[in-house]
Amino acid sequence: MIADGGSVFSLLIAGLFSSLQPAVPARATGAPPAVAADSLVVVSPSGPVRRITDALARVAPRGRVRVEAGVYREPTIVVDRMVVLDGAPGAVLDGEGERAIMVVSADSVTIRGLTFRNTGGSHVEDRAALRVFDAYDCVIEDNRFEATFFALMLQRVDGCFVRRNTMRGMVGTQSGTANGVHLWTSANVLVEDNDITGHRDGIYFEFAKHAIARRNTVSESLRYGLHFMFSDSCRYEANRFEANRSGVAVMYAKYVTVIGNVFARNRGSAAYGLLLKDINDSDVRDNVFSDNTVGLFLEGSNRNRVQDNRFEANGWALRLLADAQDNRVEGNAFARNLFDVGTNSRNHYSVIRANHWDRYRGYDLDRDGTGDVPHAPVRLFALVVERAPAALVLVRSLVADALDLAERVAPVLTPATLVDQAPLMRRPSFPAIEAGHRPASQAARATAMAATPEDRP
Amino acid sequence: MSTLNTRFTEITAPSARLAPDATRAAEERRPSVVGAVCTAQWREIARNRWVLAYAVVLVLLTEALFRMGGSGARALTSLLNLVLLLVPLVTSVFGVVYWHASREFTELLLAQPVPRRSLWWGLYLGLLVPLAGAFAVGITLPLLWHGALDAESLPLWSLYLTVGGALTAVFGAVALWIGVRYDDRLRGLGLMLGLWFLAAVAYDGFVIWMATAFSDWPLENPMLAAMAANPIDLARTALVLRLDSAALLGYTGAVLARSLGGATGLLVTGFGLAVWIALPVWLAVRAFQRKDF
Repeated sequence: MIADGGSVFSLLIAGLFSSLQPAVPARATGAPPAVAADSLVVVSPSGPVRRITDALARVAPRGRVRVEAGVYREPTIVVDRMVVLDGAPGAVLDGEGERAIMVVSADSVTIRGLTFRNTGGSHVEDRAALRVFDAYDCVIEDNRFEATFFALMLQRVDGCFVRRNTMRGMVGTQSGTANGVHLWTSANVLVEDNDITGHRDGIYFEFAKHAIARRNTVSESLRYGLHFMFSDSCRYEANRFEANRSGVAVMYAKYVTVIGNVFARNRGSAAYGLLLKDINDSDVRDNVFSDNTVGLFLEGSNRNRVQDNRFEANGWALRLLADAQDNRVEGNAFARNLFDVGTNSRNHYSVIRANHWDRYRGYDLDRDGTGDVPHAPVRLFALVVERAPAALVLVRSLVADALDLAERVAPVLTPATLVDQAPLMRRPSFPAIEAGHRPASQAARATAMAATPEDRP
Repeated sequence: MSTLNTRFTEITAPSARLAPDATRAAEERRPSVVGAVCTAQWREIARNRWVLAYAVVLVLLTEALFRMGGSGARALTSLLNLVLLLVPLVTSVFGVVYWHASREFTELLLAQPVPRRSLWWGLYLGLLVPLAGAFAVGITLPLLWHGALDAESLPLWSLYLTVGGALTAVFGAVALWIGVRYDDRLRGLGLMLGLWFLAAVAYDGFVIWMATAFSDWPLENPMLAAMAANPIDLARTALVLRLDSAALLGYTGAVLARSLGGATGLLVTGFGLAVWIALPVWLAVRAFQRKDF
């Protein structure tokens, strides 16, 4: 194994793709070997060691604390040494509605199989069920978080794995709850196969670098399913964001990859499947946007590639504002949307090309697969609605259709440049989407659910 | 004239054969006059090839939408504008023509001891039932033979039937009113077509113009009022809110859904349409009762 601290990064990067991780990361071999008697400490409600805090005081560095089934109520647990905390099914840590449950400040700590619950809310501190700060190499896996304010907060960490955790937020308002996975000023973090429901923001990244979120399911968030800001070079892959109150909003970042995700049923007057604000030089590829009020929204976002996505049955499939420039929208399929493309100006500076539109009425005489007549995806009625939202009451009326027809015959108002010059005649197939990401994540979730305690006291 | 005589006999014969006191009793059973006139008219109209053609056209159009569109719910979605335009148009034209065609019959009956109100209701239902029936048959048959009347499309289908029936009732009453008011058949027809155009097309154009002209003001509630003030728009809003999830329509959709969506929305829409039926019926009955034939 690679043993020196400097190689941790490469080890972790390798780990991201192999998902094989040694139970105790092989870092810091300079530490003395643990004394056999203290390398494993068992905590149980009826045993000699009844508090996790006491166990941590006894355990040797790189040792292991096994937490047997039972409910543990003790002051905030501080993990300040390299250790593995291993929860048996039914091991519950209860914050009794008034405190953070565990704080980790040491490197190479593994927290596994525990149930954290009931932290209560706080507007004074960032109260998290589990907080890790200034640490390398943490592994947070197969835990369950119930009724927690922040479930997991990572601050200034590097090289952490967060996987197969189940998070159920507390009941409350948008301002009375907090985030599921909250990542701040951190790098090289992998968040995968988590199932997050009912937090303010399901996953929140701020000042994160080279983080990956994949195969997570985030639903019914009180605000955003995923929210990140100032987080460059991150990758979001094969996640499912469903029925979040305001969808997904990402801001102020570059070199972001959003690939193979599903954004579904994010509905409301301010809900977006995916909102990009000041996102530059990024990829949005192979995603499915369905049944959202607005599927994909681009504002002040430049040089992005929006490719091979499917937009189905959205209110607005794509809203592309005029301050979004040099984006390429290619190879996407638009079907059954109320409006395919909305914009706020006659001017626009992006390229829309070679997409498939179910509204396209052109023909292909030379049989090259692309229509001979350009397609203008912005309906005149969409422009009217942009200027006067109340006119939306006339959606599907004869007048709205007549406006669109008139505009098709004599285009004067819709953006002249916002035209697909080579619309596809056939709906492209999406091997990447159809191959999908279902089985792996479902299996993972089943595992996570099985690990949860059945007998709650 | 032979038909006319037959119809006259059908309605007057029973009472003629009865003893005087029984005649009085029969007269007190006013609904029977409504029923008799309605039935007579129904027989007349059911043989009318225009009603038949109306049903056939609806069947063909629905069938075409099925062949192009696919599933039941989607075909019903495409049917929206068809229903909202065709039903009022056909009812308007047919209603005025019907009034004038029944004129001799009506005058003959007016000479009998028949209450005018009952006679009018008989005429009205005699127009309404065949047209609404043709509509119901027209959109239901294709659904049936495509086996598309499932749990998904059933609520939508019943809403369509209700809305189509209501629009037939509204425009049928307006047509009879115009018929009573204008003895000149062409003028009546022209006016009726004008009213249809106003309600189905011009009104929405005006609303869109209003929406753009006053876009700086909060217009959601005035827009709601504008939708309620036109039976076709009211019907369309009720249908759209069920076709497209209102949430997809953003803020305006939310406002619409709050007032016209859900169970209360159905009640509000139903009430609005009922008012829209009651108003022309009242006008037409009043005009019919006052008219000097």
